[in-house]
Amino acid sequence: MNALPARPVLVDTSAGRAIAAAPPSAPAIAETKILPLKTPRGRRSTQLMSIGSEIASATIPPLLVLAVLLLVWQLATSGPDAALPSPTKIWTESNDLIVSPFFVNGSQDIGLGWRVITSLERVFYGFGLAAAVGVVIGAVIGQSVWAMRGLDPIFQVLRTVPPLAWLPISLAAFRDSGPSAVFVIFITAVWPVIINTAVGIRNIPQDYRNVADVLRLNPLEYFWRIMIPAAAPYIFTGLRIGIGLSWLAIVAAEMLTGGVGIGFFIWDAWNSSRLSDIVVALIYIGVVGFVLDRLVALAGRIATHGTSA
Amino acid sequence: MIAPANKPFLQLQSISKTFRRGGAETEVLHDISLDIANGEFISIIGHSGCGKSTLLNLIAGLTTVTTGAVLLEQHEVNEPGPERAVVFQNHSLLPWLTVYDNVRIAVDKVFAKTKSRAERHAWTLHNLDLVQMGHAKDKRPSEISGGMKQRVGIARALAMEPKVLLMDEPFGALDALTRAHLQDSVMQIHGRLGNTAIMITHDVDEAVLLSDRIVMMTNGPSARIGEVLDVKLPRPRNRLELVSDPHYIHAREAVLKFLYERHRYVEAA
Repeated sequence: MNALPARPVLVDTSAGRAIAAAPPSAPAIAETKILPLKTPRGRRSTQLMSIGSEIASATIPPLLVLAVLLLVWQLATSGPDAALPSPTKIWTESNDLIVSPFFVNGSQDIGLGWRVITSLERVFYGFGLAAAVGVVIGAVIGQSVWAMRGLDPIFQVLRTVPPLAWLPISLAAFRDSGPSAVFVIFITAVWPVIINTAVGIRNIPQDYRNVADVLRLNPLEYFWRIMIPAAAPYIFTGLRIGIGLSWLAIVAAEMLTGGVGIGFFIWDAWNSSRLSDIVVALIYIGVVGFVLDRLVALAGRIATHGTSA
Repeated sequence: MIAPANKPFLQLQSISKTFRRGGAETEVLHDISLDIANGEFISIIGHSGCGKSTLLNLIAGLTTVTTGAVLLEQHEVNEPGPERAVVFQNHSLLPWLTVYDNVRIAVDKVFAKTKSRAERHAWTLHNLDLVQMGHAKDKRPSEISGGMKQRVGIARALAMEPKVLLMDEPFGALDALTRAHLQDSVMQIHGRLGNTAIMITHDVDEAVLLSDRIVMMTNGPSARIGEVLDVKLPRPRNRLELVSDPHYIHAREAVLKFLYERHRYVEAA
């Protein structure tokens, strides 16, 4: 559901290393102990040190692991007849893609940054639609026991259909690649939003309903003032899964549309056997997906005042 | 606000409540009748499971009676409404709203047409001050203590200017010191505003201290009103002075005897 559980583990393993990595600021502690009068300054430098060690403990372990992985990869693919490109080979072959994301050398020869932006636009439409439709449908379903009983099994089946499988249906229905691509993203992302919203609304405590009843809130007021905020943590969980899925669907969707998206780039690179470019594009997709996930999580945290993960 | 002199303000007319679950029927309340005067403070006391909360929910309109009727100023109660504001046992504040907004949402709803924006703002602050919570108006429920939450719950209920203030074990979840403090506050506010109040409790001292009358319920199922005790202690009441007051001791003894001699709590099988 989210990437958070991985973090404490990283922090734990790094605890000892982080301390070892921070000797430059260690004297600050000694200074505070000896000269209590300088506490404010001492406290600030201790604070700086703790921030520094926090950053170090968050960044050093993944960097180390990354270095080890790159090394293993390099060793495994350094043979003359290796099927996959090694990191150094990728660096030389796809140098332009790695170092400058935003170059334009012609209509199809552009930096991956531009491609990501094109793809993000598509995800924006597809996911935006999924979010809006998903919350409304989820709210309706969550309100009614019968709608829940009737629709939930259908949704549970539909949500497991992979994005690629929606392609032919989508094309047949829309007869145009642009809307079909958006539809594929939409249909992939909408289920977790619906299901989580519905569960969130079913779980609204009776207390809040009683408060709404005593105040005689009308249905619209109830929707905005009670339902949406009470279900917000669930809704944002759904949105977070949804944004992840819609980014997953981008490659499938763009195999259809062609053009300049990052998904199509991979398809295109495969057709012209540019393996190094594919690896770079994969890393772009991964990083962008990670950022999207964190952005939705952040939006959720802001919107729910810290009650959502 | 003022009922005709000969008619009771709030009337419970032979109320019964039966819950159906599957094929099984359970009668929770049986033939409850009670007349309550305007401005009276009534406590309902009984062992757990005797249907006290159900009775309160019926008066609040959150559940409907099976037979009988609840009449407020001669009008039948069949739905919830702000003229019968409820202070819930677990405060039921909306966690995404600040203390101020939790009260303001009620004020906005009840006085949408009768008060201007500025008046609603002032009225919200006034009610928060009434329960001494004005200082925490920008905090969220998660940032304040249990006692403070319950104060805000009371402020929210009072801000609706209810004809009847319904309290469902309002101090049940609080520690003894906080509870005593809040009881004093409620007594003070009741003395000042003169609301009609109905409080569910299982605390004998609390019932005697606060009430004009104590309604004692028999054990469920099919709970009835076993006895109604008049507490003729002068107001304002002071908990320290009352400790040795003969009438207080007598009233306390009467309730205890009812609860622990004649209607002892039987553990449900």
